[in-house]
Amino acid sequence: MNKLLNVSSSPHVRSHESTQSIMMDVAIAMLPATAFGVFQFGLNALLVLIVTIAACVLSEYIFEKVTHRKCTVYDLSAVVTGMILALNMPADIPLWIPALGGVFAIVVVKQLYGGLGQNFMNPALAARCFLLISFTGKMSTFTLDGWTGATPLAVLKAGGEADVLAMFLGKIPGTIGEVSVLALLVGGLYLVWRKVISLRIPVTYILTTAVFVFIFGQQDLNYVLAHICGGGLIFGAFFMATDYVTSPITPLGQILFGILLGVLTGLFRIFGGSAEGVSYAIIISNLLVPLIERVTLPKAFGKEGK
Amino acid sequence: MGLATFKGGVHPYEGKELSEHKPVQVLMPKGELVYPMSQHIGAPATPLVKKGDKVLAGQKIGEASGFISANVICSVSGTVKAVEPRRVANGTMVNSIIVENDGEYTAVEGLGADRDPKSLSKQEIRDIVKEAGIVGLGGAGFPTHVKLMPKDESKIDYILVNGAECEPYLTSDYRLMMEQPEKLVEGLKVVLQLFDNAKGVIGIENNKPEAIAKLQELVKGEPRIEVCPLKTKYPQGGERSLIYAITGRKVNSSMLPADAGCIVDNVDTVISIYNAVCKTTPLMRRVVTVTGDAIANPQNYEVKIGTNMQELVEAAGGFKTEPEKLIAGGPMMGMALFTTDIPVTKTNSALLCMTKDEVAANEETPCIRCGKCVSACPSNIVPVMMMKAALKGDCEAFEKVNGMECMECGSCTFICPAKRPLTQAFKEMRKTVMANRRKKAQEGK
Repeated sequence: MNKLLNVSSSPHVRSHESTQSIMMDVAIAMLPATAFGVFQFGLNALLVLIVTIAACVLSEYIFEKVTHRKCTVYDLSAVVTGMILALNMPADIPLWIPALGGVFAIVVVKQLYGGLGQNFMNPALAARCFLLISFTGKMSTFTLDGWTGATPLAVLKAGGEADVLAMFLGKIPGTIGEVSVLALLVGGLYLVWRKVISLRIPVTYILTTAVFVFIFGQQDLNYVLAHICGGGLIFGAFFMATDYVTSPITPLGQILFGILLGVLTGLFRIFGGSAEGVSYAIIISNLLVPLIERVTLPKAFGKEGK
Repeated sequence: MGLATFKGGVHPYEGKELSEHKPVQVLMPKGELVYPMSQHIGAPATPLVKKGDKVLAGQKIGEASGFISANVICSVSGTVKAVEPRRVANGTMVNSIIVENDGEYTAVEGLGADRDPKSLSKQEIRDIVKEAGIVGLGGAGFPTHVKLMPKDESKIDYILVNGAECEPYLTSDYRLMMEQPEKLVEGLKVVLQLFDNAKGVIGIENNKPEAIAKLQELVKGEPRIEVCPLKTKYPQGGERSLIYAITGRKVNSSMLPADAGCIVDNVDTVISIYNAVCKTTPLMRRVVTVTGDAIANPQNYEVKIGTNMQELVEAAGGFKTEPEKLIAGGPMMGMALFTTDIPVTKTNSALLCMTKDEVAANEETPCIRCGKCVSACPSNIVPVMMMKAALKGDCEAFEKVNGMECMECGSCTFICPAKRPLTQAFKEMRKTVMANRRKKAQEGK
């Protein structure tokens, strides 16, 4: 033998999954909602998507070049951040706003805290909230088929009725990716099937929200269903609350996290000033993740009784 | 009811098709034989021979030197060439007896004589197992006679035979179950003779249906023995996983299987007990799978302990492609070798020759906290948190997140999409914590 043998500590084999393959799965899972958004809101939506993703990827690339770090663009995490952020935008937004959001998400929320795996808030959501506070008007004007209209939840809050079937299919005003519950569920179930996410967070989140609005809102099936289908709850529950970096890693912690999210979302929607609250609920809960993990450390095998 | 199993675990590529249909061939040694004095957990054995001594096959050449220790038996006849340190699989130099084989295989008197175990008392059986130098042949190498002497004999109600063989590529236990099932059952009956309240259960993963069928047929008339098919999943053959899958009892790091009323022995170990007790033959051989995509003809060999590994490679037709990594044992828990110039010891179940080293091919990236390690961990602990503590070298935090419950099975490292060397870091940490504990205990005295 001429070559030296490799020596390392066991195990000597690795699974085929990688960070990149997982991020690819998440991106694939968002495609139905993305396609629906482009179909419904037209070319503008596509432009917003392209600009946001490009802003995220480019700012990651440039930041890492400037700071002499290893380029991590190929792990696709910046693409996923860009996609989530874009899907949280109204289609008619001036393009510089999502571009700014992309830079904020990657540079401020992700890279300044140490890059992938170190951010304590979901970068896309933190950027969305930043934009929402800075450009409230532009960020919350939703048009559909040329008409500027209130979102179903805003209608509901003002005492109106919601068309749940339209909400399920997506024929409502809203951000690019949040409108079609059907398309989101297809993607969400893909993630569950691919074992990228477990159902713990989405199911407890959605159920808690439903119970909360039932108790403190109206005891009406249509009302509860409208709350489940509206305001990006499905999008948030499957794609944003399940973000690995900013959700608990312990199984029990994930359930607690889901309940916390549901309670906060319900509080914001019923007792808050705005009709929605998914984004704020998630980024506030993100901050509590280390605490949740500490109190939900599982009992080791064979140590349950102690 | 579903198949018996445990929570967690992973499904690595099995690779058993390379060698599972190859009957065990007896391989005779060509060159000198090397008998390290430490082929087991516990104190090294003391050499009983010196340079120039004539030795016989079956002769005790190393004497157990403590309570947890094991004898070493010479597997050939010839002359002692030297007693000196030699390299073993884990890379260290271990004091060894080197024997020049005369090729006669002259045996000590009485070797191979039939013996009826029913005529023996419990103590006699234990003494025979101890004299025969039998240790756990699955890889851990815990002296078997110590296992057979629990504090309270009457509390043992399960004798588990570990036929899971959950390590990928390994087929030595499978071949033994296919070719020598009678010896396995007879060996188990000998162990059952020691424990009046115990039931014998042979656990086999369901990727070996023929072995399950064969043994089920064979134990039909045995009231105290049954076969338990197990779900194919790594580490099903880990002691704690196996005990839980079959009995539902849980064993943690501070317990012995005997505390849960169980004694676990590997297939080849039980057959060695049979050989020692019923055939007056101490532990001189073991079955080794020589496999991997770099080897020309993957095979299962019955090898005399002490044979040089290189002879196994040559017998299997050499390398068809240049290997990048050689592993003594399976790919999940085996040890990487930098040379084949080492002897086969009691615990070497395989020589795995791989053309690709998946460890070197994958670059470590930051943890994305996906939690796959948490779902894969059979000990129900959180590798992410252990890694955080390990990277800081914080022993206290490591213990707080139950780091000492880790059994180093490697499932978390296998599944990690960021390719992080988790198990590797945990091994180091666990060693450090153990050393600190010993130090503290000594200071306390």
